Amino acid sequence: MHKLAGIFTAYLGAAFGSAQADWALNMRQGVTTTSQSVYDLHMIIFWVCCVIGVVVFGAMIYSMLYHRKSKGAVAAQFHESTTMEILWTVVPIVILVGMAIPATSTLLAMEDSSEADMTIKVTGIQWKWKYDYVDGEGAGVSFVSSLHPDHNEARMVGSGADLTKFGDSYLMEVDNPLVIPTGKKVRFLLTAADVIHSWWVPDLGWKKDAIPGFVNEAWTLVEEPGVYRGKCAELCGKDHGFMPIVVVAKAPDDYAKWVAEQMGAAEAEAASADREWTKDELMAKGEQVYNTNCAACHQPNGQGLPPTFPSIVGSPIATGDAAAHIGLVMNGKPGTAMAAYRDVLKDADMAAVLTFQRNAWGNDAGIIQPAAIKAAR
Amino acid sequence: MSTATATHDDHHDHGPAKGLMRWVTTTNHKDIGTLYLLFALVMFFIGGAMAMVIRAELFQPGMQLVDPQFFNSMTTVHALVMIFGAVMPAFTGLANWLIPMMIGAPDMALPRMNNFSFWILPFAFTLLLSTFFMAGGGPAGGWTLYPPLSLQMGDGFPFLIFAIHLAGISSIMGSINVVVTILNMRPPGMTLMKMPLFVWTWLITAYLLIATMPVLAGAVTMLLTDKFVGTSFFSAAGGGDPVMFQHIFWFFGHPEVYILILPAFGIVSAIVPTFARKPLFGYSSMVYATASIAFLSFIVWAHHMFTVGMPVVGELFFMYATMMIAVPTGVKVFNWVSTMWKGSMTFETPMLFAVGFIIMFTIGGFSGLMLAIAPADFQYHDTYFVVAHFHYVLVTGAVYSIMAAAYYWLPKWTGNMYDEKLGKMHFWISTVSVNVLFFPQHFLGLAGMPRRIPDYSIQFTDWNMISSIGGFVFGFSQLMFAYMVYKTIKGGEKATDQVWEGADGLEWTLSSPPPYHSFTDAPEIK
Repeated sequence: MHKLAGIFTAYLGAAFGSAQADWALNMRQGVTTTSQSVYDLHMIIFWVCCVIGVVVFGAMIYSMLYHRKSKGAVAAQFHESTTMEILWTVVPIVILVGMAIPATSTLLAMEDSSEADMTIKVTGIQWKWKYDYVDGEGAGVSFVSSLHPDHNEARMVGSGADLTKFGDSYLMEVDNPLVIPTGKKVRFLLTAADVIHSWWVPDLGWKKDAIPGFVNEAWTLVEEPGVYRGKCAELCGKDHGFMPIVVVAKAPDDYAKWVAEQMGAAEAEAASADREWTKDELMAKGEQVYNTNCAACHQPNGQGLPPTFPSIVGSPIATGDAAAHIGLVMNGKPGTAMAAYRDVLKDADMAAVLTFQRNAWGNDAGIIQPAAIKAAR
Repeated sequence: MSTATATHDDHHDHGPAKGLMRWVTTTNHKDIGTLYLLFALVMFFIGGAMAMVIRAELFQPGMQLVDPQFFNSMTTVHALVMIFGAVMPAFTGLANWLIPMMIGAPDMALPRMNNFSFWILPFAFTLLLSTFFMAGGGPAGGWTLYPPLSLQMGDGFPFLIFAIHLAGISSIMGSINVVVTILNMRPPGMTLMKMPLFVWTWLITAYLLIATMPVLAGAVTMLLTDKFVGTSFFSAAGGGDPVMFQHIFWFFGHPEVYILILPAFGIVSAIVPTFARKPLFGYSSMVYATASIAFLSFIVWAHHMFTVGMPVVGELFFMYATMMIAVPTGVKVFNWVSTMWKGSMTFETPMLFAVGFIIMFTIGGFSGLMLAIAPADFQYHDTYFVVAHFHYVLVTGAVYSIMAAAYYWLPKWTGNMYDEKLGKMHFWISTVSVNVLFFPQHFLGLAGMPRRIPDYSIQFTDWNMISSIGGFVFGFSQLMFAYMVYKTIKGGEKATDQVWEGADGLEWTLSSPPPYHSFTDAPEIK
C-alpha cells in the first residue's frame, strides 16, 4: 500500500507539478518551412470551421432558446426554400475552393524532393529503425536505432519505474540517433523489412509510410541545430509504441566531426570481426545485443511467448547445429515474426548474440566466432 | 404480445410461438428486429468493456495492466465488435422494426432469409471472440487488417477471417431484404418521394452494403490465401503489393463509414420534425444529399492512405473529392437547423439525443474536413486526432442516433413510456462525459501522440487522464440505458398510439404496441 501511495504521489507530481509542455492544445509549429506551412494551413481550416460553427450552432441555440413550446412559440409550417438550398450549397463550395488553393501549393512543395544535398535510407524493422547514409556527406555510415535500454526496462509491465526521471523524452530516446546537417536538403528513402511502419517526427511536419518491398520519398531541411523526437505512427505489432525516432540536427562542422567518428568506429568494428574473441567477451556483448534485438519477443529469460515467439532455452536450434542457427538468424523465418538480421547485426554482434543464446540459461552449445559469420554471409 | 394476438383473433394461428423456439424460428420482422437490437446491445457492452481496458491502461504512463500484444488486440477487437457487432446490427434491427411499419407493409419481404441473416451473427461473433483463447491470442493488427502485420496473427487467423465472412453474408442478406421490401411492399400511393427519410437512407445504405461487402470478402479471402495457400497478393517478395490491400480495403471501408451514418441521418430527420412540430425542411434536398454522399463515398477511399506514397496527382484528386463531401453533409445540417427554426420545440429525451447528434456530429465533420487536407493530414494521420474525429462521428453520431431511436420508438414498440427522468439523466451524463472522453484526444493528437500505443511520453499524461475519467463515466453510464430498456419492456405508463404530439407517419397510426403483423391491409396514403 505504501509503495502504491508513493507511486501515486510521484505520479501526481509529474502530472500537475511539472513545468513541461503539459496541457498542450495545438499542433506543433515545428522547425522547418514545411512544418510551418502545414501549421498555417491547419490554423486556416481551424478558424474557418470555428466561424461556420459559430454561425450554425448560434442559429441552433437561438432557435432552441426562443422557438420552444414552453415560451409559447407556435410552429410555422414552411418546409422548403430553393433560394436557401442553392445558397448553402454554393457558399460552402466557394469556401472549399478557398481552402483547396493553399493546400494544393503546400502539397506540391512537400512532394518535391529534387535537388537534395544528401540521401538517407530509412528501413523500418520490428521494432527499430535502420539508417543508411547512401549519398552525400557521410555516405557509407550505417547503424540501427532502437529504444534506449533504460526506457526499455522502464516500460516493462509492472516495472514500477519512476518515469519522471526521463522528463519529456520517456519512450522518445534511442541508443543511436539519426544525425543530419543543418542547412542541407536531406532526402529520405523509406522502406521496411517486415511490416508497414511510418516514420514521423512532428517537428519536421510530415510522416511517411515505410512499406516492405517499396521505396517512398520525403525530404526535410532543418535550419536550427537541435534534437527532434518522434515515433513510429503505423501499427506494426506488439512493440509499435516502442520504436521512437530521434533526429539530431548538427551544424555542418559538428556534422563533419560526427561523420569522421562514425567512419572510425566502422573501421574498428570491421577489424574486430577478424580477430579471435574470448567466450567472456562474446557473452558480455551478446547479452547487450540480445536485450536490444531479441528480448522483446524471446523475452529476457529466453523462454519466449510460445507458440508465437518460441523459447530459446534448450531449443533444438540454439543447442544444435551452428550453421542452422546462423542461417535462421541471418535470414529470418518467412511467414513468422522472426526477422532477417543479415543487415541489422554486424559480424561481431551476431557472433556474440548467437554465442550468448547458445550458452545462457543452461544452454551449452559452444561459441561462434565473428569469422564464422563473415564466412556465412 | 398478448394484446397483439387479442386484437387479431382471426390471425391468432400466426401469432408468436411460445418460449425459446419463438426466437429461434421466428420470421416476424418485429421479433427479428428485437433480436438484432438486443444482440447489438450485448455487443455494445462487450466492445465497451474492451474500451475500458484501453482507457485503464492509458490512464497513466508506464505499463500497468496488460502486455502490449493484448492491448493491441483490445483496440482491434473493440473496433470490430463495435462496427460489425453493435452499430450495424442495431441499424438492421431498427430497419426490421420500422421499415414495414413506415411504408405500410405487413412484414419484411423475405422473412426466412431475415431469420437466417440474424442467426448467423451470434456464430460470427463467437468465432471472433474465441480467438482470444487460441494460441497467439486475438487479432492485434488493427481492425483494418493491414498485411503483412495481420498475417503475423497466431492460430486464430482463419477464425477471424471466417467471422468477417459470416458478418458480411449476414449484412448482404439483410440489405437484400431491405431493398426488396422497400421496392415491392409499398402500398398504392406510397411513391418513392413520399417515403420517410429513414426508409430512404436505409435503401441507399443497403445498396452501399451490397456493393462493398463482397469487396471486403475478397480482400480478406486474399489474406487467407496469402497465409495458407502460398499466394502473394500482398507480398512484394512474391510480386504483390501490401498497399493494394489498403486500396481494396478502403474501397469497402469508406462506403462502410456512410453505412454507419446514413441511417442515423434518417433517424434524426424523423425525430427533429416531431419535436419541432414542424415538417422536415427540404425533404427532396435531403434525399439528393444522401444519394450524393453515397456516390462520393466510392471515390474518396484513398484519403485514408495519404501517407502511403501515392503520386501527387492522386493525392490531389482524393483531397478534392473528400472536401466535396462537406457540401451535401452541410446541406443536411442546414436543413435540420431550418426545421428547428420557428418551430414549437420540446426537449424530450429523443430530441435531446437528436440535437446532441447534430452538434457533435458536426464537430466530427469539422475535424473530418481538416483531415481531408492532405498536407495537414501528414501531421494528423494515425494520431489521436483521428481517434477523436471518428469517435465524434461514430459515438456521438451513430450511437447517439441509435439511442435517440430507442427512446423515440420504444413506447411504440412496447406500449409503455420510458422513464423520462432516467432518460434525461442518461443523456446529460453521457453527453458531458463523452466530451470529456473524446475532446481532449484532439489535443493529444495535435501534440504528437500516435494512436494504437499502450504507453506514452509523460507530457501526454494530463489529457489522457482526463480522457480516461470521461471514458469510465461514459462507459458505466450506459448501464442506465440498459436499465431503461429493461424497465420500459417490463411496464410503465401506457403510451398512446400517437405517442408524441408532433409525430407524423404510418407507424404512429398503428396501436402501441403494434399488431404482430403490421399492416395486414394496405393503408391509405395521403
